[in-house]
Amino acid sequence: MKERDFARIQERLNGISRRDFMKFCTVMAASLGLPLADASRLAAAVSAPRRPPVIWLSGQACTGCTESLLRPTHPTLEHLILDLISLDYNETLNAGAGHQAEAALQASIKENYGKFILVIEGAIPTKDGGVYCMIGGRPFGEIVKETAAKAAAVVAIGSCASWGGIAAADPNPTGAMGAPEFLQGTTVVTIPGCPPNAYNFLSTVIHFLTFGKLPALDDKARPRFAYGRLIHENCERRPHFDAGRFAVKFGDEGHRKGYCLYKLGCKGPMTYANCPAILFSDVGSGSWPVGTGHPCFGCTEPGVGFHIPLHTQASLQYITPAAGHPPIIEKRGGGASVGAAALLGAVAGAVVGGGAMVLKNLEKEDETAGKDQK
Amino acid sequence: MKIERRDFLKGVLGGGLLLAADAGPAAGRSPGKELPPNAVGILYDATLCIGCQVCVGACKQANNMPPEHTAGTDPLWDNPRDLSASTMNIIKKYGSGDYPVKDTVAGYSFVKRHCMHCLDPACVSACPPSALRKNPDTGVVTYDKKACIGCRYCQIACPFNIPKFEWHSAAPLIVKCQLCSHLLAKGGISACCAACPTGASLFGRVEDLRQEAKRRLAMTPGQAYDFPVAHLGAKEFQSHKAGRYVQQVYGESEVGGTQYLLLAGVPFDKIGLPALPSESFVALADGIQYAIYKGMVYPLVVLGGLIYMIRKGEGNRH
Repeated sequence: MKERDFARIQERLNGISRRDFMKFCTVMAASLGLPLADASRLAAAVSAPRRPPVIWLSGQACTGCTESLLRPTHPTLEHLILDLISLDYNETLNAGAGHQAEAALQASIKENYGKFILVIEGAIPTKDGGVYCMIGGRPFGEIVKETAAKAAAVVAIGSCASWGGIAAADPNPTGAMGAPEFLQGTTVVTIPGCPPNAYNFLSTVIHFLTFGKLPALDDKARPRFAYGRLIHENCERRPHFDAGRFAVKFGDEGHRKGYCLYKLGCKGPMTYANCPAILFSDVGSGSWPVGTGHPCFGCTEPGVGFHIPLHTQASLQYITPAAGHPPIIEKRGGGASVGAAALLGAVAGAVVGGGAMVLKNLEKEDETAGKDQK
Repeated sequence: MKIERRDFLKGVLGGGLLLAADAGPAAGRSPGKELPPNAVGILYDATLCIGCQVCVGACKQANNMPPEHTAGTDPLWDNPRDLSASTMNIIKKYGSGDYPVKDTVAGYSFVKRHCMHCLDPACVSACPPSALRKNPDTGVVTYDKKACIGCRYCQIACPFNIPKFEWHSAAPLIVKCQLCSHLLAKGGISACCAACPTGASLFGRVEDLRQEAKRRLAMTPGQAYDFPVAHLGAKEFQSHKAGRYVQQVYGESEVGGTQYLLLAGVPFDKIGLPALPSESFVALADGIQYAIYKGMVYPLVVLGGLIYMIRKGEGNRH
């Protein structure tokens, strides 16, 4: 990005330097698994004069997803989120309230019909006509259905919006469900996590803005670049697992030494996420559950987080085993090589020949001795 | 000496009659061995094993054995490739290709190998000085290094290829799992089971372990059950989803039964446990031995025949 192009948007970015902006775009490209050359395409997309409108609806949520986007300590990230993306409606961040906010929402939907990105935070209650979450006197589910039909793309952020999360934990009294299940027939990208990683969300949105399409998704509609591998496969404590070194109790010697947390119920072997690879948002080193000494609880995995008890051991059905185990039948060395056999043969020949000569000489000696005796 | 065709046939006929009169060698066989009164053993469940090898390390620690460095690898950690003079317990991996789904024939499976503690151990039968013995109470096959003469008959006799020899030593001994007898004596359990995080290696009375194995075979795959950890009767349980078991408890009947029992999700011959007859090799060998020497009839017949032929030969010469 040229200096003069950047100058046009610098003010909007709260005066950050061009260098910091390009750094951010490079990090984005890297976390998406794109070549670094694409960073400039990302930069151009996010700094386009018309900012991409985002409408953010909150349902059965703790607002942790919004918080996770605001809390990263990277000095410019919140500005990048809030200033580069035109966040037209978010109940937590709206300046207005009540009828004023609702009017802004309707105006934005009308103005950006078919162009805005709809972000859903929180689960959608379905029992008893959805009375467990009402906004402006209407059930949340109704608002979601109405808005999703007019959006360019629908993103479910957080575990609740992705598959129900804690709201759908047994016995699920409100009949809570995730957006993909609720909006059947609509493609809903899910960014599960409790809370989700801000980078995974931003990377997905920016991918959409830059290339005009969604990134590759897995069977649970999660972007593959972020949810393609098991936590266990990239975990910094994996060597301890392969060596059989486990923390047995919180605070024991193994725990203090940073041993594997499998025995404490770590769900890393059944949870797909990039936490060990990029850590949590911009918080700093070691900033993910296992890094702080707590087992992974599987927040990105439907049927694991909030469903399998915290300290129940994980199933290891799909992990790649270590390469170090000996095979059932250990290969032995091959037979002697031709050279070795020839050398051995030569030595044996020399021994036999030498022995024969010694014997011959002995016989001669015997004969001469015999003659002497005669 | 020259044996006439006629004499030879006479001898064969006589021998045949004797064998027939004896109702065959089967009559001399020892009956199937019963479980010793307090037989203890291990139940290994490959579907619970995570391949962490903590049992391998625990075994070495409990039995004061050195780490083993495989040639061609960094001598940084213990990495035995097979059972050896310094490895009595090992986790091996069956795998075909890169398909990473556990406990499937197309995927991979772990197996833990060590002494099976047979009910009728061939090594005990083969050991001339009785250095290897089967404990009459616990059924553990123990080794007395003071009695060992280093003949290695046990290595040849064992159908599971378990006893290992200290080839590097000037005064070599046989090395094999003794089910941590020194810990059992203090009321403990074998180190491998105590260390296992998932309960894949489970210590207990063989009778109870057999029942536990049957319970697991009857489980519905995919449904969560409680699995005891370390030893049967322990208070610690882990909840796991039941795997798809091969409907067989390996060691229940193999070579007369073993006190180390195995369950797996892939056929046992894939993980190095061959199909073996339900009768022990010892019973077969004993049967032949006892039949031959029963009442010293056969030796006397053979002796008589030899004397007769030698006499005849002597007569021919003069």
